[in-house]
Amino acid sequence: MYDRKRLADLAERRKKWKDERLAPLLAKSPERRKRFSTVSDEEILALYTPDTLSNLEYDEDLGFPGEYPYTRGVQSSMYRGRLWTMRQFAGYGSAEDTNARFKFLLSQGQTGLSTAFHFPTLMGYDSDSPRAKGEVGMCGVAVDSLRDMEILFDGIPLDKVTTSMTINGPAAMVFAMYLAVAERQGVPFRKLGGTIQNDILKEYIAQHSWIFPPEPSMRIITDILAYCSDKVPKWNTISISGYHIREAGSTAVQELAFTIADGIAYVQAGIGAGIPVDRFAPRLSFFFNAHMDFFEEIAKYRAARRMWARIMRERFQAKDENSWKLRFHTQTAGCTLTAQQPMNNVVRVAIQALAGVLGGTQSLHTNSMDETLALPTEQSAMVALRTQQVLAEESGVANTVDPLGGSFFVEQMTNEMEEKAMEYIRRIDEMGGMVAAIKRGYPQREIADAAYHYQRLVDAGEKRVVGVNAYQVDEEQSIPLLRIDDGVERRQVARTRDVRRKRNARKAQACINALRDASLAPDVNLMPLLVDAAREYVTLGEMCDALRETMGVYTDPAMF
Amino acid sequence: MATAKGKGSAAATKRAARKVRILVGKPGLDGHDRGAKIIARALRDAGVEVIYTGLHQTPEMIVNTAAQEDVDGIGLSILSGAHNYLFPKVMELLREKKMGDVVLFGGGIIPDDDIPKLLKKGVDRVFTPGTRIQEIVEYVNARIQPRK
Repeated sequence: MYDRKRLADLAERRKKWKDERLAPLLAKSPERRKRFSTVSDEEILALYTPDTLSNLEYDEDLGFPGEYPYTRGVQSSMYRGRLWTMRQFAGYGSAEDTNARFKFLLSQGQTGLSTAFHFPTLMGYDSDSPRAKGEVGMCGVAVDSLRDMEILFDGIPLDKVTTSMTINGPAAMVFAMYLAVAERQGVPFRKLGGTIQNDILKEYIAQHSWIFPPEPSMRIITDILAYCSDKVPKWNTISISGYHIREAGSTAVQELAFTIADGIAYVQAGIGAGIPVDRFAPRLSFFFNAHMDFFEEIAKYRAARRMWARIMRERFQAKDENSWKLRFHTQTAGCTLTAQQPMNNVVRVAIQALAGVLGGTQSLHTNSMDETLALPTEQSAMVALRTQQVLAEESGVANTVDPLGGSFFVEQMTNEMEEKAMEYIRRIDEMGGMVAAIKRGYPQREIADAAYHYQRLVDAGEKRVVGVNAYQVDEEQSIPLLRIDDGVERRQVARTRDVRRKRNARKAQACINALRDASLAPDVNLMPLLVDAAREYVTLGEMCDALRETMGVYTDPAMF
Repeated sequence: MATAKGKGSAAATKRAARKVRILVGKPGLDGHDRGAKIIARALRDAGVEVIYTGLHQTPEMIVNTAAQEDVDGIGLSILSGAHNYLFPKVMELLREKKMGDVVLFGGGIIPDDDIPKLLKKGVDRVFTPGTRIQEIVEYVNARIQPRK
């Protein structure tokens, strides 16, 4: 991007500045530490100048917003046209409780919904399963059958509001229930917009809400890709997620690399199932973490867009521009919140959210200050939403596209992020792709090593966390916490048993049998059968049990 | 399940000479194992024999493993909010198996208000977020000896 001769001159003058200006100063008063590094422990230099920027070509590496390789953003007008979607992840207790929280958030200016299911749902168990004891409604909303989904979205028009659902192992089953609700509301499938997370690979790697082993899980995913490309064309079929990889303790580069490698595996699976790449790739979306190291995160998002565009165009020969675009959701990093002096978390969240916005996110969840202690109260959820609104309306950061583009530091970091992530991807390709790498425990071990390394740095005081290993005070827990009423489990179990009693038992059983049979026939798409089962109030646990019989279950290899 | 030193009949080894054996357990359905794995590694590095259950264990599975492996202490990591059910249930099952002398401790996302109740039910110590690893290692070294 710069004239070579002028760059060489500049490098010489930088050296002169370092020797004659900086060195004498440092001799008198040295820098605060011997080595400066990001939260991922990547070294950062004192100064970035055009000559420290490796081979940046404007057209090839940055381009214009809305144009390949999308480094500066996937839309040409970005937030000047439309702000990011403010999408707060919510769910607790019963479907009634969460429906009320959804309506509260929408009334406060939230523009999309995001559903948190409780752990029994995430693992494919009904609330009356012995495995669900003590967990019903605790970490999300309890959904066992279509009855719960009807209550959850009661009074919410599914043709107007887009809904994201964090569901993976049983993504197809919960999606089938959502489709059945839309049908009852009279909304055609073609009009439905929203997202299912449906990213099973990162479950094995990091989040650990799985049901079936990798191969049958990938078959269910390709069934969803094929079904949606035909019947629900506006639906985001997979939200390829780095968020949980990061929360499990990875570095920023690992988050980026493993997420893109997962994306590659899904594209290969789709193509392998005979779906043309441009039929399904435009509906793949991504989900990244917004961690504490501000510039590292911004570089990560910019590198992610560029990498995905290049991979889709060059490696997979996608022709549709929409297949090249990496659209992503961002959530601030839950693992950076502290139980100590929890009000400080509001500040952490604001900084992380700003990184997401400057990185060009399409939607954003801001965590609540109390989430390291419990699920958020209404008050703390409102402060979190207001944080986004202050950024959008008051700070001015949404006035121009990619305001940090061209920063010597940010561009260099973006380049390094891409190089290091591509190195990981090459290694994973050599292992035979992500499914094979997961079976070897490769990404799992890389993440556990990084988590342990970071914890050691914190314990040694080399990385400081305000209120935890610096500036501590004696304190009592002082903020009000959300408590889940003990009656939720009892009432939910009663409702699910009532559903089973009142439904047409013969039809429900026929659906379960058909599902089991179809699972043995790889050429049959399971989605229509799941929608039929949802309509007949077959429960989530029953659908999953039918498939557990034929597909088997995955268990934790328990490496540490 | 994974053990640091391999599985086997620990009961057959000479108890007085052996290392402290700790089961690190992840009861419940949540998948948050970052803390459990860090603690397992740190205890192993500190010379403790560590058995890690892996995720998604029921209280029965945890207590059965504890019995088979003849452990001296059990550390449970719970971030799902189900601590008020899971800790007492594990304690109850230990007592049923005449293993009430196994030291039960744990940590995770546990509100301060719940801690006294858990201690009253027999949990020896509850660590909350932000605890230094070394503090947990020191606790295990000071509090837990090989059972007689």
